Amino acid sequence: MPDERGHFGIYGGKFVAETLMQPLEDLRQAYEKVKHDKTFQAQFDHDLAHYVGRPSPLYHAERWSKQLGGAQIYLKREDLNHTGAHKINNTIGQGLLARYMGKTRIIAETGAGQHGVASATVAARFGMECVVYMGADDVQRQAPNVFRMKLLGATVVPVTSGSKTLKDALNEAMRDWVTNVDNTFYIIGTVAGPHPYPAMVRDFQAIIGREAKRQIMQQAGRLPDALVACVGGGSNAIGLFHDFLGDESVKLYGVEGGGDGVETGRHAAPLSAGKPGVLHGNRTYLMEDVNGQIIETHSISAGLDYPGVGPEHAWLKDCGRATYVAATDKEALAAFHEVTRTEGIIPALESSHALAYGAKLAKTMKPDQIIIINLSGRGDKDINTIARIEGITL
Amino acid sequence: MSRLATRFSDLKKHHRKALIPFITAGDPHPDVTVGLMHDMVKAGADILELGVPFSDPMAEGPVIQLACERALKHNVSLRDVLGMVKTFRKTDAATPIVLMGYLNPVEVMGYRVFAKAAAEAGVDGVIVVDLPPEEGADLVVELKAHQLDMIFLLAPTSTPERMAMIGAMASGFVYYVSLKGVTGAASLDVQSVVDKVNQIRQNTKIPVGVGFGIRDADSARKISAVADAVIVGSAVVQRVADNAGDARKISASVCELLSSMRTAMDKV
Repeated sequence: MPDERGHFGIYGGKFVAETLMQPLEDLRQAYEKVKHDKTFQAQFDHDLAHYVGRPSPLYHAERWSKQLGGAQIYLKREDLNHTGAHKINNTIGQGLLARYMGKTRIIAETGAGQHGVASATVAARFGMECVVYMGADDVQRQAPNVFRMKLLGATVVPVTSGSKTLKDALNEAMRDWVTNVDNTFYIIGTVAGPHPYPAMVRDFQAIIGREAKRQIMQQAGRLPDALVACVGGGSNAIGLFHDFLGDESVKLYGVEGGGDGVETGRHAAPLSAGKPGVLHGNRTYLMEDVNGQIIETHSISAGLDYPGVGPEHAWLKDCGRATYVAATDKEALAAFHEVTRTEGIIPALESSHALAYGAKLAKTMKPDQIIIINLSGRGDKDINTIARIEGITL
Repeated sequence: MSRLATRFSDLKKHHRKALIPFITAGDPHPDVTVGLMHDMVKAGADILELGVPFSDPMAEGPVIQLACERALKHNVSLRDVLGMVKTFRKTDAATPIVLMGYLNPVEVMGYRVFAKAAAEAGVDGVIVVDLPPEEGADLVVELKAHQLDMIFLLAPTSTPERMAMIGAMASGFVYYVSLKGVTGAASLDVQSVVDKVNQIRQNTKIPVGVGFGIRDADSARKISAVADAVIVGSAVVQRVADNAGDARKISASVCELLSSMRTAMDKV
């Protein structure tokens, strides 16, 4: 998976305007080449080790596990990566590919700002121009990340069209790309978009699961019983799941942004409550109205505030290999505080959704069972949001 | 023969090129659209391109994005747009109508249901911006079953191989996107359009329309010298926006632009 034309079952594909068809084909061919190129892969591995700081630890959260009284919880510490989240794995990969293809300008979309920061970081290191599109509402919500991007030399463009969030930033990045396609490389931050992006981003993120498997075998001597990861577009989840897809004893759980609760309609959970449709270059589950218009999403976490999801997740849901659930804003916040106080780790609000469901799941399991939760990012960027919710002025 | 084929063959007999204005259906208000369509025909339009509003119009510049937002404030749906076409057809059975939009509203309605409803309403052709031929075979089958034309786009980045493949799948006409960019972008490079249209003609026999970047009588005249059809979108929609409060002013302003284009094109 996917097939030659980028289909995961009925999902995925290449639904873009004609102008982008040949550039996407050029990208696919370039990626196919570097995938089997030893020099490129050695450079990628080198950068992950010495620049990102991999392997990231797999940490047994003993105190929290004991408190919950169920399964043993291990946290995959992507929050300890350079720039503070798993996003950098992918931007290193795509940045190297951009350089290989001779592109001099990088563009990216961002929601919470983590992918924007990771893209700006790579652009700074490679000496490339970088423009990041960000919904105007998110620019407000994630001010520290906006400033980080500017410090790194990127231009941050606030997007005021539509709902002023991640989906609109993606529209605007596509419009830039179609205009400047000759010199510009579009670094998509998640496992969505037209082929080859979903497969390519997955491959760059699959390091997460490969490491986790090796680490759990060393630490516990056996495979885990379950994996849990949050799902916005779904890149950290696919990254963790991919190497375990063939291990049928390992259950896979993706946790979407439940907002005020899936039953209220105010959420960001297309796999839990959406329908298949076409947006941003791929067929997948979407949040849409009866006329096929995309509707606004609601999540406390800017990184999960997206009406679509990667096509491979849509396929994993339909074939039953993975289970998709939602955690509400409240549940995520409670988990955020619990892990911060019990383990001394401040998680990102996105990852807190995975922690919330992981805790629920652990309680239904036995102490000799194992869950790995992907701690995809650190929560420093979210402290303003947390303070605002609690009525504290910093 | 389809309305589009009939229209292109009639124009050819009279050595004229087609003028195709674009408006977004329901912009600025659903009551304005049908009247404006009739007025544009009187001002010299040969074919009408009607935009189906979509929440995420990825290929549009700011002018048409805002038109979508104005129409969506009135919840204008694909079914509503078909209703407008049906009303238009009561008094104009000859002018071909092409719908232009994005795939998701069509997906939600279902390809077969859409094709049948579009044909019954009096639609002649369909452009789906985010549906390239590689993904479009299923929709083409349904449209063909109702004698509807699927109009595919060609772009400056299209290779000769793609031109041939798309020419073989398209019917009605092919729509050459004259520049790399979004609708309403900066001025176009006429010589590069001439070169590309000539290349397209070596790969397909169906009529070639050119759009993106045509904003006035002069650019319409230059493009009509090489293309079979001149498509003008953002320049029209901008006039709709500038006069949004008054349907008569919208019509007068749009028709003034179209008349000047018509006159300039007929001098070629």
